[in-house]
Amino acid sequence: MTEPVAPSLAQPPLIEAAGIHTHYGASHVLHGIDFSIRAGETVALMGRNGMGKSTLIRSMLGLVRPSAGRVMVKGHDMTRAAPHLIARAGVAYVPEGRGIFPNLTVRENLIMAARAGASGQRDWTFDRVMASFPRLAERLSHGGGQLSGGEQQMLTIGRALMTNPDLLILDEATEGLAPLISREIWRIVGTIRQSGIATVLVDKNFAALSTIADRVQILVKGQTVFAASAAQLRAQPEVREAYLGV
Amino acid sequence: MELATFLIQLLNSVQYGLLLFLISSGLTLVFGIMGIINVAHGSFYMIGAYLAWSLTQTLGNFWAALALAVPIAVIIGLVLEWLVVRFLYTRDLLYQVLLTYGLILMFEELRSILWGDDVRGVNIPAALDASIRLTDTLSYPVYRLAISGVCLVVAGLMYWLIQKTRVGMTIRAGSVNREMVQSLGIDVKLIYRLVFALGVTLAALAGMIAAPVSSVFPGMGNQILIVCFVVVVIGGMGSVKGALVASLLIGLVDTFGKVLHVQIGGVHLLPELASMSVYLLMAAILLWRPEGLFGKHTG
Ligand SMILES: Nc1ncnc2c1ncn2[C@@H]1O[C@H](COP(=O)(O)OP(=O)(O)OP(=O)(O)O)[C@@H](O)[C@H]1O
Ligand SMILES: [Mg+2]
Repeated sequence: MTEPVAPSLAQPPLIEAAGIHTHYGASHVLHGIDFSIRAGETVALMGRNGMGKSTLIRSMLGLVRPSAGRVMVKGHDMTRAAPHLIARAGVAYVPEGRGIFPNLTVRENLIMAARAGASGQRDWTFDRVMASFPRLAERLSHGGGQLSGGEQQMLTIGRALMTNPDLLILDEATEGLAPLISREIWRIVGTIRQSGIATVLVDKNFAALSTIADRVQILVKGQTVFAASAAQLRAQPEVREAYLGV
Repeated sequence: MELATFLIQLLNSVQYGLLLFLISSGLTLVFGIMGIINVAHGSFYMIGAYLAWSLTQTLGNFWAALALAVPIAVIIGLVLEWLVVRFLYTRDLLYQVLLTYGLILMFEELRSILWGDDVRGVNIPAALDASIRLTDTLSYPVYRLAISGVCLVVAGLMYWLIQKTRVGMTIRAGSVNREMVQSLGIDVKLIYRLVFALGVTLAALAGMIAAPVSSVFPGMGNQILIVCFVVVVIGGMGSVKGALVASLLIGLVDTFGKVLHVQIGGVHLLPELASMSVYLLMAAILLWRPEGLFGKHTG
């Protein structure tokens, strides 16, 4: 407690999960997974359907209780912390299947989430989100439910940015979207990344992620089978073939 | 019916309807946002009325009693949510009804211990103890107008809170996707606690301001609870706007049902119909719109 921390020490990872086991009732879904991401990094979390990608994320966000293991957020143990506390530590989440509030307008969806980041930063304001998502600016008074799939995804991302996160986790950001819209989303993710926010990208599509991710971690049946740089994965088509089927 | 009599009945029905809204808005909010059916909601109305009575006795002033009773109601709401209600969010309907029914029994017993079983009355505060003359023989009490005024102000504040403030946006968002609200860094449990306390306070406030015009008696909460459930069902479970429209409708039907009964009663035309009118209205509306006037369509 009283031991002073040397300021020269490297900053702890934004999220560091160790030995995560998660069950849904009797079914054992995650079998001891390690995962970590540092400030400014982009990590791709990949794997086929049902391999546990979303479960890992939800376990780290406090939305699902891991049965064993530890989740550290910026060096603080937040293993079973309430989801809102983990969010307030600087982690934003764009869930699978989006998660806009259909009964709120686009404007309300955004401003309800607005707050300063964990270290007080206010880089992302309503105006900046508007500038980044001009399509949303045209539909501010529409109900969230009236938007197209791509617009809903932009709204969810814009809303996450309104919380001024240090880490943005996107679970299947382009799932079910037309190629043109998908490309637009990836472009936006690229700019978010450049602005210094670390990102975890969950996807099944290596082509889209290979140029943007620094590291790739692949899950098979709740276990990590590959974790290395994106360049290494590019050089190993047999790994992609075996674990991703591409 | 003479115009003045009609006007008086109209004002009465609006006042009754608005008072019903004050009580039932909390019931419908707590259901719509937390999914809780709280059959003890009427007890808060009773508690409010008894608080107004006993504090007026002690303090000798109705306004001072109100000023003290409102914060007491807020505290009761916060404590009750923390102590009991929060354990119901993940339970099904049966548990909710059983537990909140248990609360009714507890509140009635406590009321009996603290304040006795007698019927009590609260005087209309002097400042509002006047009447407005409508004709030579008919006049309307200012206090009843004041009740309507307070209810309208509260309804306006509720609208503002829910539609215009960030807390209100969070409340609405939480009613469709609780997990997402949490993931945005918002403490949903705190929001729930506040919403519950708001509902308790509104019902208690209704009891307080109604005390001078209706007597304060044991079981008054249960009587009003039934009407409030009719309001919530007619308006659509969870809809505050629906609760407002339904409250006013019931106010009209109930008041004019009684008047017509007096008039036609002479010829023995089903006097029972008057007391049933509210339920007939509910049945008719549910046949037309099973989800209520402003309820969400299901299936
Ligand atoms: N709420 C739940 N209850 C029970 N089992 C679940 C639940 N959610 C997921 N599972 C199971 O857990 C396993 C991992 O699911 P998860 O959603 O984490 O996989 P995923 O890698 O995200 O898959 P996808 O690519 O389809 O999103 C699957 O077998 C799934 O059926
Ligand atoms: Mg998934």
